[in-house]
Amino acid sequence: MTSASTLYGLMAEFDDANALVAATRRAHDEGYRQMDAYSPFPIEELHEALGSHHSRLPLIVLIGGLCGCVGGYALQYWAAAIAYPLNVGGRPFNSWPSFIPVTFECTILVAALSAVLGMLALNGLPMPHHPVFNVPRFALASRNRFFLCIEVKDRKFELESTRRFLETLEPREVSTVAE
Amino acid sequence: MTPADQDPNRAGVGSGTPPVIAPGHTFGSVTDKISAIVLTRKTPRGWWFGFLIAFALMNVMMVAITYLFVKGTGIWGINIPVGWGFAIVNFVWWIGIGHAGTLISAILLLLKQTWRTSINRFAEAMTLFAVACAGIFPIIHTGRPWLAYWLFPYPNTMGVWPQFRSPLVWDVFAVSTYATVSLLFWYVGLIPDLATLRDRSQSPIGRVVYGMLAMGWRGSARHWHRYETAYLLLAGLATPLVVSVHTVVSFDFAVAIVPGWHTTIFPPYFVAGAIYSGFAMVLTLAIPIRAIYKLEDFITLRHLENMAKVMLVTGLIVAYGYTIEAFIAWYGGNKYEGFMMWNRMTGPYAPVYWLLICCNIVIPQALWSRRVRTNTKALFVIAIIVNIGMWLERFIIVVTSLHRDFLPSSWGMYNPTIWDWATFVGTIGLFLTLLFLFLRFLPMISIAEMRAILPEAKVDEDLRVI
Repeated sequence: MTSASTLYGLMAEFDDANALVAATRRAHDEGYRQMDAYSPFPIEELHEALGSHHSRLPLIVLIGGLCGCVGGYALQYWAAAIAYPLNVGGRPFNSWPSFIPVTFECTILVAALSAVLGMLALNGLPMPHHPVFNVPRFALASRNRFFLCIEVKDRKFELESTRRFLETLEPREVSTVAE
Repeated sequence: MTPADQDPNRAGVGSGTPPVIAPGHTFGSVTDKISAIVLTRKTPRGWWFGFLIAFALMNVMMVAITYLFVKGTGIWGINIPVGWGFAIVNFVWWIGIGHAGTLISAILLLLKQTWRTSINRFAEAMTLFAVACAGIFPIIHTGRPWLAYWLFPYPNTMGVWPQFRSPLVWDVFAVSTYATVSLLFWYVGLIPDLATLRDRSQSPIGRVVYGMLAMGWRGSARHWHRYETAYLLLAGLATPLVVSVHTVVSFDFAVAIVPGWHTTIFPPYFVAGAIYSGFAMVLTLAIPIRAIYKLEDFITLRHLENMAKVMLVTGLIVAYGYTIEAFIAWYGGNKYEGFMMWNRMTGPYAPVYWLLICCNIVIPQALWSRRVRTNTKALFVIAIIVNIGMWLERFIIVVTSLHRDFLPSSWGMYNPTIWDWATFVGTIGLFLTLLFLFLRFLPMISIAEMRAILPEAKVDEDLRVI
């Protein structure tokens, strides 16, 4: 038996997406909060079942895009009107219509980078190791199995009662997850 | 309702239409079938055969470019008046091919076209490799490619900055942004599949390499939620981007005052042409790949038929572009413009022009027939013809416009040399080499997305109450 200090949580394994969503909802109703569900493909209902809130990602992308837009235009303005002013066919130094394409590309570039880096940062990736990988059967989480892990740090977590609760969800198996 | 009516993949589809995934597959079978192609220890003999041919062709490019670096662009057929030649023809052709990948992965995702799922991964890979091939040409065409970084704005001791009023600088930003965003989109899509390969690989090296690339992905519901948000946002960003890229490429021509280039129809007609050639290339690759790797369950006739329809539509837009170009040349009353069009149709390059019309407009009309659209051999031949036609189109736009412009005293002819051909054929080798490596080492179909379109992936909580 793993002692409580080296325990990460208890993990139940399910056969299909329905079972996992139902189990997650039950666990949430039961008062468990520090838990996570793992599936081989995105399941919209699962995120709601965990009681999670909206992601901040869209805001990060918006800010990134605005920075790219302003930065891209400022770069061109500075280069064409301040650092290296050249008279091209009598056009004004700040010939804004010509600066639109590059401004647009910079907007997209910075927004896309913020989307990817923001997603990774909010997810805490890269994280090559995580306690859930200690469960050998967890390798199937990327194939065809569905897992629900209630973590030790949850206020309601108590080894025996939580295990008993997980057993009532009719999982294939409940395993302890070592830290 | 019959089960077929409930299947989301078959919504709005008549009973005679093939499904987007053959029946009988499960999460496990989809995962095993696609990952087995990558994880098998024994490399198929056919793979080696194809790879070595592609690799040999790529080396033709290496030789051609090395000789170019030694001698300079004089080894090519370019001259004054035709200063652009093959390098720009090939650049525009390759970058156009790339467009289908982003269209399939981004625009069709936003339009909720589930049939895109099994073709988006390798279409995106195709985009990246096509952009890599495209990027080579303008760089070697500068004549002093070791100074190509001067195109980027960076503080330098010369105190000189790029000319942001020039479409050529816009092009640098458009193409490099496109390459970066395509790479991000492709990589983000790959992360869950890399985790699958990490968990299923038998070899220690495979586990380490796929493990590092997967960055510790564990399929957490919270992660999936942000992942899906990021993926959708990327699709939303890539959609205007893909339209902007070929628009900017067309500005390279349209902003100049050369007759035959200086026209406002270029941006939409270039974008349609890009999608046209891109889908032709996806079909050219998909038809042999699904046969060789026995992926008919995943890349069904429905996919091929849909792509053929997209080709037909974009081909008609391109035909409209050609027609309006010719009409305005006559109706506009500009004698240089009128002469340019007359010279295109009856001058020294007339056979190329009429061949292009034949390849891009006449032959693809066969796609109106459902029998042709569902016949893989016919479709493959038409796709190759469209690829050739689109290359000829770029040749006509670049060469016939330049070779006889305003002053008859400065007219000339353009004849490509062996080095022009070697570089062009060589980039096809580079493209195929990268494609073969991709097929061997990465899953060519998105496993996670395939799982999600299976009927059993739909959550119906009424079925199970605990």
